[in-house]
Amino acid sequence: MSQQEQLSDENWTLLFITWIIATAAALGSLFFSHVMEFAPCVLCWYQRVCLFPLVIILATGLFPFDKRVVTYALPLAIAGWLTAFYHNLLYSGIIPQELQPCSQGVSCTEKYIDLFGFLTIPMLSLLGFSTIITLLFLLKKRTSK
Amino acid sequence: MKYKIFAGTCLVLIGIFLASSFYFKDQQAKQYDFMAKHNLSTFVREHSKSLGNSDAKVLLVEFMDPACETCAAFSPLVKQMMADNPGKIKLVLRYAPFHDGADYFVKILEASKNQGKYWETLKVMFDSQSEWASHSSPQPQKIWQFLPEAGLDLERIKQDMNDPEIAKRIEQDIADAKTLNVRKTPGFFVNGKPLETFGSKQLYQLIRAEIKAKY
Repeated sequence: MSQQEQLSDENWTLLFITWIIATAAALGSLFFSHVMEFAPCVLCWYQRVCLFPLVIILATGLFPFDKRVVTYALPLAIAGWLTAFYHNLLYSGIIPQELQPCSQGVSCTEKYIDLFGFLTIPMLSLLGFSTIITLLFLLKKRTSK
Repeated sequence: MKYKIFAGTCLVLIGIFLASSFYFKDQQAKQYDFMAKHNLSTFVREHSKSLGNSDAKVLLVEFMDPACETCAAFSPLVKQMMADNPGKIKLVLRYAPFHDGADYFVKILEASKNQGKYWETLKVMFDSQSEWASHSSPQPQKIWQFLPEAGLDLERIKQDMNDPEIAKRIEQDIADAKTLNVRKTPGFFVNGKPLETFGSKQLYQLIRAEIKAKY
């Protein structure tokens, strides 16, 4: 295998891992809403709007491998990350809840799960988007060489 | 090769999802079963209104909301199931007023107990629901023009509905709904078993299974 091929294989694997993370996150969010029957709040929905297409877009970029996938996936991931970041600020009380619009219906600050004292659902979302963005940036750097 | 890895990963991820769903539901069923045996009061409180033979071996607990359309649609179905199996089903109503402002109607309903017109009032509420509980423009005050059909003394209802005891009952029901993971109405439990998927057929099946097991 030439060095070029090996590099491209590594890039493929990197994108593949990114896809696995996005898919696991999407399935996890479906688990919360359909199996555990937690109603997703408005902010959760905005994050899902960014997350679900990533599963398709990243998979499309795998066959055949297309480095431009980063261009299409990154904006979605960043939009999701920003929403998740805002959601975490609300959740932890840094921004008071009265200032945001989703007090009716499902509250965006109702705590459903809290693993190990810090892993809440919005935190999982933030971690997921952060990892996806990091990997996409890494891929961008490797492919633009 | 890459296609195979991709397809394999898809299968593994979906497999994990299905297995954990199954495991979660199984654990939840065990938990409900435990509560039905040891904490029956979570399902039935002293204030809870019931219908049917008090010695019936099938206990159907329904968490409902007078402003919920699906609850209204289920009401005749549940009555039909009870009529089809005379003496075997006892229905207990609990409140899960999830609609905005729904506790207002629950208060009226609770107050109707003092006049012995509970079931009549509930029927009038369900029949006239579309008039006052529309999602886009709810008009709670409109309910008063229908209430006389139940033979109620409206002045007395207005006095009784603000009894703090009623507010306490609603709070208790909401707390129990939360404990039992009721997040949508109507929420049914048949001898402590929840519906695995929602639907009138599923409810009918569960009730039939319990009747078969107990009689």
